[in-house]
Amino acid sequence: MTETLAAGTSTGTDEVPAIRLRKLTKVFGDTVAVNAVDLDIRHGEFFSMLGPSGSGKTTVLRLIAGFELPTSGTIELEGKDVTAKAPFQRDVNTVFQDYALFPHMSLVDNVAYGLRVRGMPGNQRRERAREALDRVQLGKFVGRKPAQLSGGQRQRVALARALVVEPKVLLLDEPLGALDLKLRQQMQVELKELQRSLGITFIFVTHDQEEALTMSDRIGVFNNGSIEQIGTAHEIYERPGDIFVANFVGTSNIFDAGQAQSVYGRAEPLCIRPERLRVAWAGEPERRAGVTSRSGSVTSFVYVGHATQVRVQLDGGPAVVALVPEKLPGSDAELVNRPVTVSWDDDAVVWLPAHGS
Amino acid sequence: MQQRPPGAPRDAGAVPRAKAHAFSALLHRSPRLRLAALLTAPAGWLVLVYIAALAALLITAFWTVDTFTGEVSTVWTTENIVTVLTDPVYQRITLRTLWIAVAVTVIDMILALPIAFFIAKVASARWEKLLVVAVLMPLWASYLVKAYAWRNVLAEGGLLEWLGAPIGLSSPGYGETAVILTLSYIWLPYMILPIYAGFDRVPDSLLEASGDLGAKPLTTMRLVMLPLLVPSIIAGTIFTFSLSLGDYITAQIVGGTTQMLGTVVYANVGAANNLPFAAAVSLVPIAIIMFYLFIVRRTGALNNL
Repeated sequence: MTETLAAGTSTGTDEVPAIRLRKLTKVFGDTVAVNAVDLDIRHGEFFSMLGPSGSGKTTVLRLIAGFELPTSGTIELEGKDVTAKAPFQRDVNTVFQDYALFPHMSLVDNVAYGLRVRGMPGNQRRERAREALDRVQLGKFVGRKPAQLSGGQRQRVALARALVVEPKVLLLDEPLGALDLKLRQQMQVELKELQRSLGITFIFVTHDQEEALTMSDRIGVFNNGSIEQIGTAHEIYERPGDIFVANFVGTSNIFDAGQAQSVYGRAEPLCIRPERLRVAWAGEPERRAGVTSRSGSVTSFVYVGHATQVRVQLDGGPAVVALVPEKLPGSDAELVNRPVTVSWDDDAVVWLPAHGS
Repeated sequence: MQQRPPGAPRDAGAVPRAKAHAFSALLHRSPRLRLAALLTAPAGWLVLVYIAALAALLITAFWTVDTFTGEVSTVWTTENIVTVLTDPVYQRITLRTLWIAVAVTVIDMILALPIAFFIAKVASARWEKLLVVAVLMPLWASYLVKAYAWRNVLAEGGLLEWLGAPIGLSSPGYGETAVILTLSYIWLPYMILPIYAGFDRVPDSLLEASGDLGAKPLTTMRLVMLPLLVPSIIAGTIFTFSLSLGDYITAQIVGGTTQMLGTVVYANVGAANNLPFAAAVSLVPIAIIMFYLFIVRRTGALNNL
């Protein structure tokens, strides 16, 4: 935990981070929405803030945008303190969850809005807006009103509108939440490519761990107003820092301190990913160095297309889920309650420090 | 859930089945019958009472009164209409009524915009509900009571004089100004409510997006808020304008000698016993409002009434 936090807050060089949050706190009434968050987001980084609803990730985004003022703490944008600045004074732009397109304006006027309020003359700003709409493949719809577009198209307009004013940081508040799965996956790829080609820092808020894993350079996992862990997708998935992260990101088999004690003689919770477990249907344990086996009995199956999730109740241990990619040696009815052995490599085990340690 | 074997008696704890109901089933199958059952009564009311009454008014305006017997005689004439339109007295009354209605509408608009904005966008959820109730509250009191209350406020030695005395102001007394003040008070809720609803319909994220893109609050007001509010504001003005145009009670109570179209109608129906002329006069505000509605129809404001 301390290692990953340190990696998240110091860039290792003298480079000024795009966004620097220090002890950022926001209290609504009795609720501490954001609790002393320290975070450095690097230049040109695709950073995702991942967490369940109510974990404070959206509030942090709104604090960076300036829609809310923090109760305490500071926000720096490229080294300059913007904590008390109004949204129109900050060089960051937001893509809203509901897109927030102006319903009374055509697409070109929507996109040109930011240029208009900055005083750019009419022809010039409409020209720029048209180019921006072309970039998101909406060039032929410039005269339409937002109500005449589909959700995915509105999303692109919102993106074009935010990017046309060339912000230093783009904030995205669950922008793909309202799209269907196919469109969502397509937009994930497009967003990532767009970010890479523009080189702008993206801060992406999502509750979808798969989305965060596929798109991000780094991920900050939020829980109860604090950041539990910061790291690359790989680090977050392979080396979750605590039980919350292990459970929230992907599926985890958690052994509590007592169960871990009986397996490894170490009284600390541990986690193993389902794809690291192997099921021996005949019940024979693997006897190799660095491999641990436990017997148990099968309780249920979930077929997920590319594999089957097999749930096994370990004898004297937790119920675990193993991801079995190959075909099962029999029907579900034949296999349920069958005594099996579950094995895993010891280096697949991640030790999870209990909270507060 | 245990399945009951067929024929077994229903036990007391079973969920009751919906009863068969032939008429409801018939309605469900026949959309036309449904529509007929729903609309016959209100449509009949609309045609018979509402439109017929207006038509009768229109026709009456073209009749005359027998000056000897005082009975309405069904002799066709345009004399009433011509008198209303050409006689300088009635022209002046029409213009004064129009001026009062416009003044009331403008005053209410200026008062309602910040109040509605505060209720919809600034006040907390709890205060929002309380304030909406507070705006509605005066509507629970009788119109007459409110008009007489203003009569007291405006009276010699009344509240307004007492408040204004230290800063050298006196009550305007009973007259045109008093009518404007009183009508502005009475019709204010009708302006606040549609504008409040309009503000409420504008998502906060639109205002945030505007600021986010670099607009200062006044620019956001001008480029985002007002264009979206125009229909709601016009909806409000239709209420205050038409209600003021037809008023005669306030003019009588606080207007002193001020004549409005409404008071002329009232006098002709009552004391003068000239129903056709009253009908002709009452066509003037109807024509003005029709003209106004025709102009604002294009803004989409009528969808907000």
